Amino acid sequence: MVNEGSVTGIVAQRTEGGPGPGSPPFGRGPDFPGPYAEIIRADHLEVGYKGKAVWREATFDIRRGEFVAVIGPNGAGKTTLFRMLLGLQRPLSGSLRVFGAHPRRGNRKIGYVPQRHTIDRETHIECDKLVRLGYSGTKWGPAFSIREESEAASRALQAVGASEFAHKSLGSLSGGELQRVFLAEALVGDPEMLLLDEPLSSLDLRRSRDLVQLINGLVRSRNVTTLLVAHDINPLIQCLDKVIYIANGRVATGSPESVLTTESLTALYGVPVEVLRDSRNRIVIVGGEEGHGDENP
Amino acid sequence: MSFDWNIITDFRVMWQYSFFRNAFIAGTMIAVVAGIIGYLVVLRRAAFATHALGHTGFSGAAGAVLFGVNPVYGLLLFTMSTGTGIALLGPRAANRDVEIGTVLAFALGIGLLFISLYTGYDTEVYSILFGEVLGISSSQVALTAEASAVILIATALIYRPLLFASLDEDVAEAKGLPMLGLGLAFMLLLAVTISIAVQIIGVLLIFALMVTPAAIAVRLTRRPAYAVLVAILVAVFATWAGLIIAFYEAPPASFFIVTIAFVLYVAVRAAPPVAGLLRGVGTSARRRRTAPGGPSTSSDSVGILGNQPGQRPLEPLT
Repeated sequence: MVNEGSVTGIVAQRTEGGPGPGSPPFGRGPDFPGPYAEIIRADHLEVGYKGKAVWREATFDIRRGEFVAVIGPNGAGKTTLFRMLLGLQRPLSGSLRVFGAHPRRGNRKIGYVPQRHTIDRETHIECDKLVRLGYSGTKWGPAFSIREESEAASRALQAVGASEFAHKSLGSLSGGELQRVFLAEALVGDPEMLLLDEPLSSLDLRRSRDLVQLINGLVRSRNVTTLLVAHDINPLIQCLDKVIYIANGRVATGSPESVLTTESLTALYGVPVEVLRDSRNRIVIVGGEEGHGDENP
Repeated sequence: MSFDWNIITDFRVMWQYSFFRNAFIAGTMIAVVAGIIGYLVVLRRAAFATHALGHTGFSGAAGAVLFGVNPVYGLLLFTMSTGTGIALLGPRAANRDVEIGTVLAFALGIGLLFISLYTGYDTEVYSILFGEVLGISSSQVALTAEASAVILIATALIYRPLLFASLDEDVAEAKGLPMLGLGLAFMLLLAVTISIAVQIIGVLLIFALMVTPAAIAVRLTRRPAYAVLVAILVAVFATWAGLIIAFYEAPPASFFIVTIAFVLYVAVRAAPPVAGLLRGVGTSARRRRTAPGGPSTSSDSVGILGNQPGQRPLEPLT
């Protein structure tokens, strides 16, 4: 990844008047159902494993329909944020509200694409079945009617442009095709929020860009709030409303313009970091990011 | 009695013998259950756990023989407790080879102790290891029927969540499925299936009914429901054919069952490469005739995470 060296590059360009959410009305309650209703609110949040903090003092909010990148080095705790939102892990301190309530496992409003799937070349099961399980895999007892799930699955596969390989084996798909199927699996219950963990990590630049375009299209057309974990902000920056930058045990949040600045990233990393903009307003980050650990599940 | 190629007459002759009737009925029920559970074994990559459960079951059966109890109770006790232990190791049991292997070695050691203390006939031990299909009693048939019914009903109740949890663990967990409970339920179903299948096939040959039919099935169909059906058909076919051949021939039925399953597996594994080879010959001939850069005939073996050069481009995005 290009932004992992001591001299790093976050090179991208904001499109003019990019697809931002406008100016959200502040002071509304979490139950406000409008387009900018608060979906996630974190207050002095501290998270970690076994009492040991991974990051702390995170205060931010995410509103309906926002496309948010979660960026940071390996092991910074990006996946941990998702586990908290999914109710799989509790905060050490502070508060986290999702849809105005405590995070809970099995929230049907959330569609999730994890980083590691147990699916590989030896998985001889058609894509359609995985998406259908995303719809009805939590139902007990024998399935008497599969029409509803079958229709929902083909809608979801169509929405991600995966209809043509719906009946191919999961094990035979390329990385990009597989990510589309996973996205369909996450979308099949019409969630209000998508959590996508490193969907771009195994894709080349062109397929990365294609997938980002697809996801951005879904965010805008369905107004589905989307958090996407990535190493590299390059393919994303034109589409983003917000960045959650996790590094050095701290979290910086805001618009890409406000987070990706010399002051903000220097404060975050605690070492001098310089953010440069060229004549075409592309961003280059120099310095920072040392001592990467391994990715933390 | 001799084989005369009129299978119906032959079958009538065989059916007159109660040992054959018992073997046939029990074997059919076991094959059906093993086909279903075997599909989940293959999907969950739990072949080693299956192997380990079978072998610890041997120790249980040997202990039961030593204490003069029906071996199936020893089997059930040992396979179910081992299964519980493996399930409690966590959902990724497939990655627990070292732990499972350690317990397996210890359990076999206990089995050896039981055998060395046992002073009766060693045919008992032999039948646990390799199956004694023609020695199945009516009470064993009844027990097999009860166990099969329990397995079928339980599987029908948890089938979809279990399939989901087996295929896509992380999403299933996030969606609120009880992963530990499902893992435990699966191991207990596996333990009971192995305990009754040992009668037919023995602990050493358990793979032939528990793994091979499902391994064949997943190569023939991509739909789980069909794959379960194919696994059942393969297991039932191998069992029936094995029993019928063993009626006339000296080697035991379990040998024939294992051999039939193996031959089918090899045929299914060999068929696509052979077909690919034949296709490849035709393709390269065609390619030579057409201009370079013509339609790619890439196979379905595209790497899952790579982006191979022969890959079809994605269609335009919305």
